[in-house]
Amino acid sequence: MLKTTLSAPRPRTGLETLVLLLPALLLVLAIFIAPFLFGLNLSLHTGYRGEGAATLTNYTQFFSDPYLVDSISITFQVALPVTLFTLFISVPLAYFMRRGIRFERGITTLLILPLTLGNVMVAESMLMYFGRQGWFNQALQSVGLIRQPLVLVHNWFGVELALFIQNFPFVFLMILGYLSGINPDLERASRMLGASQWRTFRRVILPLALPGIAIAFCLNFVANFSVFPSAVLVGRPDDQTRVLSVMAWRSTYEQNNPPLGTAIALTMGVIELLVVACVLWGRSRLARGATLGGGKGA
Amino acid sequence: MQQNTPLTANVSALPTTPARAARRPLPIGRLILSLVFYLTIGFFLVNLIAMVSTVVIDSFGTSWFKTALPPEFTLHWYTDLTAEHDLTLLLGNTFIVALATTLTALAVGFPAAYVLARKQFRLKAPLTLLFLLPMLTPPLVYGIPVATLIIRLALGGTLFGVILINMIPIVPFVIFVLMPFIEQVDPSLESASRMLGAGRFRTFTRIVLPLVVPGLLTAGVLALVRTFAAFELTYLVATTGGSQTLAVALYGDASGAGIRPHQFVNAMAVIYMLMTMSLVVVALFFVKPTQFVVRIKNR
Repeated sequence: MLKTTLSAPRPRTGLETLVLLLPALLLVLAIFIAPFLFGLNLSLHTGYRGEGAATLTNYTQFFSDPYLVDSISITFQVALPVTLFTLFISVPLAYFMRRGIRFERGITTLLILPLTLGNVMVAESMLMYFGRQGWFNQALQSVGLIRQPLVLVHNWFGVELALFIQNFPFVFLMILGYLSGINPDLERASRMLGASQWRTFRRVILPLALPGIAIAFCLNFVANFSVFPSAVLVGRPDDQTRVLSVMAWRSTYEQNNPPLGTAIALTMGVIELLVVACVLWGRSRLARGATLGGGKGA
Repeated sequence: MQQNTPLTANVSALPTTPARAARRPLPIGRLILSLVFYLTIGFFLVNLIAMVSTVVIDSFGTSWFKTALPPEFTLHWYTDLTAEHDLTLLLGNTFIVALATTLTALAVGFPAAYVLARKQFRLKAPLTLLFLLPMLTPPLVYGIPVATLIIRLALGGTLFGVILINMIPIVPFVIFVLMPFIEQVDPSLESASRMLGAGRFRTFTRIVLPLVVPGLLTAGVLALVRTFAAFELTYLVATTGGSQTLAVALYGDASGAGIRPHQFVNAMAVIYMLMTMSLVVVALFFVKPTQFVVRIKNR
């Protein structure tokens, strides 16, 4: 291309690259990688400051104590259903909206509300609104849909609801971005060749959007897997929503045992990254299949 | 993406010529679909607005049971609030942390984003992954070791410590928001400037920087909103009251719900909300709502 022939030879380009990258690189190494290694080392010791020889005590303690290790399955029971449900709702809605709709600016502006309010605020406002005597129950009772108020907060469902409210806009807007990026000609071609709307969605749109949906799943799952403030405020952090992040926080700050807390946090990270890696691996296989089927528009 | 396209324009309903399809009346199936769409989104938004409204109403109410609205209104939860919380301090802390984090992240992230968007070099893929990693890891996973280290270095409860931990997710965020903006700037403009005799630095400040200002604004505004509402990381490091931010103080009030009346907590929530909302209103002058969601390249 013309651009490449125009650019003058740059003698010190390697050095320049390094100098420009260095600040960010050093920062990430200093505040992310180094503390990570420090944490790994800490989790292999015992006592508040972590003295003595390296040992696996914290990990064996975590995996042998049912009260602690059960929080892994509890976390999955909290994170997985709401992640799948959010995707299940977002994909059809985004599909409908992919070419733009009426009131789009207004709708998207309102949708970012939960993103900008933050998870503490969302949980706090849920306590009033979805409480026994809140507007939601009052409304359902006045229409006669229910007799007794529904218990929607301070349990597993409350956390699911909080996570949905918090993350649905994010997932929806993200999938909307991917779907509206698919070349409309492909869809038109499929329809012209006689495929129904549903068949077009299933055979053309969905395969092209799946890599994007997989990314949305990952980011959403990461957020849901590490739920913390909602699990305490609108959940039951002693049993139904005793998730890993709550256990890690309690061990570190309530029981003053940073080595155990760090061990739990790192275990949580490993499990979460395994799930993400599995999904991304599946995605790379899918992506190869999808490119065979035809290009993707800008 | 097209905005506000009328619905009829979407209806390429039948495999006939596009012109004829556009003139067809709205098919009944399409109508039902629109109805379902607007009802679902509408239901979500109505509940969302009602949720926020209950908080506001409750904060002005005396006591509120089983009725649509509180029987009497009062301001005394707000006077209680100013008596118990040093709001100026909380607000100041929140802004200092958000601004310092954002500005540092921009200063450090911009050169890195420039290199990642423009240059090809060895180790580019692993470096990109390294910058992506903090965004793919939940805050509490790295937060606990980082906070333990910060506290051990006697930086716990200081604003510096809070800023440091908040930079972990924001620096990569800024880099990935900036990259597409830099990619859009035509490299031949830089070559032209160099050929006309401008030095590397001059080319950067006179050509690249002005063209990337929209990107810097977008990344800055989004980072600011994010740090403002950030909770987990600040909570881990802000061990003393003096370094608390609004979000952390709100959580403290809310999780000690038995101790404080809910109207008090909600008054605090209203103050917090006023701040984030005004920030978002300002932000919307610079960015589109859809830009609040980062898109990772779909390859």
